[in-house]
Amino acid sequence: MSDTSVQRDRPWLMRTYSGHSSAKASNELYRTNLRKGQTGLSVAFDLPTQTGYDSDHPLARGEVGKVGVPVDHIGDMEALFEQIPLGQMNTSMTINATAPWLLALYVAAAERQGVDPSQLQGTTQNDVLKEYLSRGTYIFPPEPSVRLTTDLIAYTVQNIPKWNPTNICSYHLQEAGATPTQELAYALSSAIAILDAVRDSGQIPEERFPAVVGRISFFVNAGIRFVEETCKLRAFGRMWDELVQERYGVEEPKLRRFRYGVQVNSLGLTESQPENNVQRIVLEMLAVTLSKNARARAIQLPAWNEALGLPRPWDQQWALRMQQVLALETDLLEYGDLLDGSPVVEAKVQELITGAREEMQRVAEQGGMVHAIESGHVKRELVQSHTRRMRAIESGDLEIVGVNCFQETAESPLTSGTDSGIMKVDPRAEQEQITALQAFRAVRDQEQVELALAALRSAATGDGNIMPPSIQCAHAGVTTGEWSEVLRDVFGEYRAPTGIDIATGDRPSEALQQLREQVRTTGEELGRPLRLLIGKPGLDGHSNGAEQIAVKGRDAGFEIVYEGIRLTPAQIARAAQEEGVHLIGLSVLSGSHMELVADIQLELANIGAGDVPVVIGGIIPEDDERQLREQGVQAVFTPKDHDMNAIMANILDVIRHSNGLEARD
Amino acid sequence: MTAGHPFPDPESLAADVTAGRRAALASALNLLDDRRPEARRCASILLARLQGSATGMENSRLIGITGPPGAGKSSLTAALMRVWRQRGLSVGVLAVDPSSPISGGALLGDRLRMKTSHDDDGVFVRSLACRGEFGGLSAEVWPMSQVMLAAFDITLIETVGVGQREVDVSGMCDTTCFVAQPGSGDSIQFLKAGILEVPHVLVVNKEDMGAVARRTLSELSAALGREHGEGGWEVPVLSVSATVGTGIEVLADVLEAHHQHLLAMDMLRERRRGYQAAWIVKRLRGEFGSHGLEQLGGEQVLLRELAVEPTSLYEQYEVLRSRLLSK
Repeated sequence: MSDTSVQRDRPWLMRTYSGHSSAKASNELYRTNLRKGQTGLSVAFDLPTQTGYDSDHPLARGEVGKVGVPVDHIGDMEALFEQIPLGQMNTSMTINATAPWLLALYVAAAERQGVDPSQLQGTTQNDVLKEYLSRGTYIFPPEPSVRLTTDLIAYTVQNIPKWNPTNICSYHLQEAGATPTQELAYALSSAIAILDAVRDSGQIPEERFPAVVGRISFFVNAGIRFVEETCKLRAFGRMWDELVQERYGVEEPKLRRFRYGVQVNSLGLTESQPENNVQRIVLEMLAVTLSKNARARAIQLPAWNEALGLPRPWDQQWALRMQQVLALETDLLEYGDLLDGSPVVEAKVQELITGAREEMQRVAEQGGMVHAIESGHVKRELVQSHTRRMRAIESGDLEIVGVNCFQETAESPLTSGTDSGIMKVDPRAEQEQITALQAFRAVRDQEQVELALAALRSAATGDGNIMPPSIQCAHAGVTTGEWSEVLRDVFGEYRAPTGIDIATGDRPSEALQQLREQVRTTGEELGRPLRLLIGKPGLDGHSNGAEQIAVKGRDAGFEIVYEGIRLTPAQIARAAQEEGVHLIGLSVLSGSHMELVADIQLELANIGAGDVPVVIGGIIPEDDERQLREQGVQAVFTPKDHDMNAIMANILDVIRHSNGLEARD
Repeated sequence: MTAGHPFPDPESLAADVTAGRRAALASALNLLDDRRPEARRCASILLARLQGSATGMENSRLIGITGPPGAGKSSLTAALMRVWRQRGLSVGVLAVDPSSPISGGALLGDRLRMKTSHDDDGVFVRSLACRGEFGGLSAEVWPMSQVMLAAFDITLIETVGVGQREVDVSGMCDTTCFVAQPGSGDSIQFLKAGILEVPHVLVVNKEDMGAVARRTLSELSAALGREHGEGGWEVPVLSVSATVGTGIEVLADVLEAHHQHLLAMDMLRERRRGYQAAWIVKRLRGEFGSHGLEQLGGEQVLLRELAVEPTSLYEQYEVLRSRLLSK
């Protein structure tokens, strides 16, 4: 122990992104986590809540309580924070398209606890722009989405001054393949789009605008190249400082600070030898803490077993303990900035800034971030970067320990337990949530609900701020699906560009050329070119995997039908039939694969297309894999299948086998 | 239909297609895509039966939509589909995308189905790759359109076209609609230079762009003579916005008016027969080259003969084919 008189910095906020099954179960988890020394909450909502569907909506089937907690109405929100005093809590909510609604529920729940909303502290992610590029929980077209974001910002700046109304996310861009330069460029371009919209909305008096800028925070990612990542964060700070001074005339240095929270990289976590993820996570945490002047305000770490399935409480505790050891045991917080004055760091920072400025210029030339998203430019750039990364892993140029080198391993005691080392959501949770929701609807005052929804509609069609009627809706007992349905009706729904129409000009490898030849000859044997349907059923919007498979499939000579995210089982079955595909490849990462696959097989049988073979990729535990195969799924791919040529070859084998052709040589 | 299974019986397949059975339609389209000799024989019988039984095919419309990339053809197709469905008309779509000349692979269909009704039996979309065929559509498109025609009120072929590619789709549809991109002078230049065959309907999409769309509209009107020369049809130049949804009803009305015009002038049957003849010649040339056509008397003679030949053209095709093969 060092000299106790040394002045230590206050540690960052320590959170764990969590929530599952039900409000009650999640509340218990939160209270346990707080007892373990967590200093803030980070709420994970399930996909129906994030995409604006009630738990009993057909699209919600299989998704309720899977990747987060279902919140259908004020009753759920109250249960979620029971015995947690909201006046003293700092709560981060990962919520975007329905952010105004979940904040309204949070405000209403606080009011019912007797807490003045102006005292509330926390963060709504509220960054829909990145949802069009990664993650995919958008609902409305970009223009009304930006308006909702703007309304929430304007409302909190005036009424909940300590709230962080938006967390501009570069996190998910890195998950979608962004390079550090792209992360910088697109996050800052998004911030410009949002701040411009707030300024132009006229909701904020000019003299209050610097306060708005001061409330903008960021949510970033940190990958394994931790030196470069540290430099990226220093670059972020410098670029933000300059940007808000030059573009928005903010003079007060405190309001120009680049404030960010972080979740470290999940993309690089591996299913093979998953214990290695622990050191990856720790190194990545260093990237966002090492440099005092670019240190994170809040950190949440993924669990070591994320690529295997849902983490258990013990796994999350381990992630929290990593933070505590760094903040409390090491001497990191006793020093000033360790990197100031380093010419190596400075040169790297400059290089990143230069690259980011160039890309920001390209975005600006297209009329800003919203237009660059609508045109597909940004998405294509990301798909391109991700494709390069996958190629590098395939070729071995990018070494990943335990994945494409040093694969040999002793059996892991961590994953050999009866639960296979992951959390299983109680399958009864969905039905219980639905029963409770229907009981809630039956007893509420329908007249108040109608009045509140009418007020919401009126604000949505006019230019009134969306927050006050949303809070009215929350108190009246409106549900998540009802709130969203009104806005869907007014704003319409949107479908973002998939970005897969990229040219991949590199010379094909020998393996790929051989594959092409086999795809072509198999097509000849079957009379016509081979066609694949790549389908993303359910509400899960993590489309990177599906996109990479689509691009690789095209390169291997398949005709690929890919229609983006959020398809129903019926749509997928129909598309497979109409398009006459030889195979359906599904991608599901939300844990709802069992229900969705069964539904798709049923739909296929119903329309007389039951003979089309189905394969699936996703985060699929071994037990489920076995069961899926018994159900007739021809191949199951998980994160450990990193060789995309091998996946394609496997798909080709399935097609040959299903059509009675001999196996390849 | 696969290697392990026998080919479907074309007679019953034809009946099921005409009855609008979706599984049969899908399998008929797969059959027409199949290049194996046995499949081709089945396909010829299927097409002949469809043609024979489809006396009502004059009530079906075959519409081509083409235009440069980025003009919003898919959005416009989706908007038209919504209008037609509201009018109670069933719609089949063949959407043609470019394919990679090197890998042979293609990315398809990333556009239509989600924008239209999800579980609607009155809509059927098949995407097709160009498959590298020089100068335009792959040979399967036209026979596939005939299967669609037998099953739906409206069959629409959507193709990306720049320059000469439009010629292809206008050479197989009753009505060709060209969609122009506001602010791009290409279409106008092509029209003036005679590269772009004059379509039956000209549309400037994205009228929500304002002045630039209006300018393109007036330039196109000026570049175009007033008449198409087909029985006095005056080519309308329309302004629409597929995303906002303006002008779509009028466009649907105009497309219908052209169909009625063809019927009134008694041109529909003759035109379709001409297209069939052209397809047969094209296919024979593809298989046997110009030399093969010469052996059959040359292209012009062949086209003339086929235009008056009363029997099924598909059967005729097989006859011509075997005549050449036996030589």
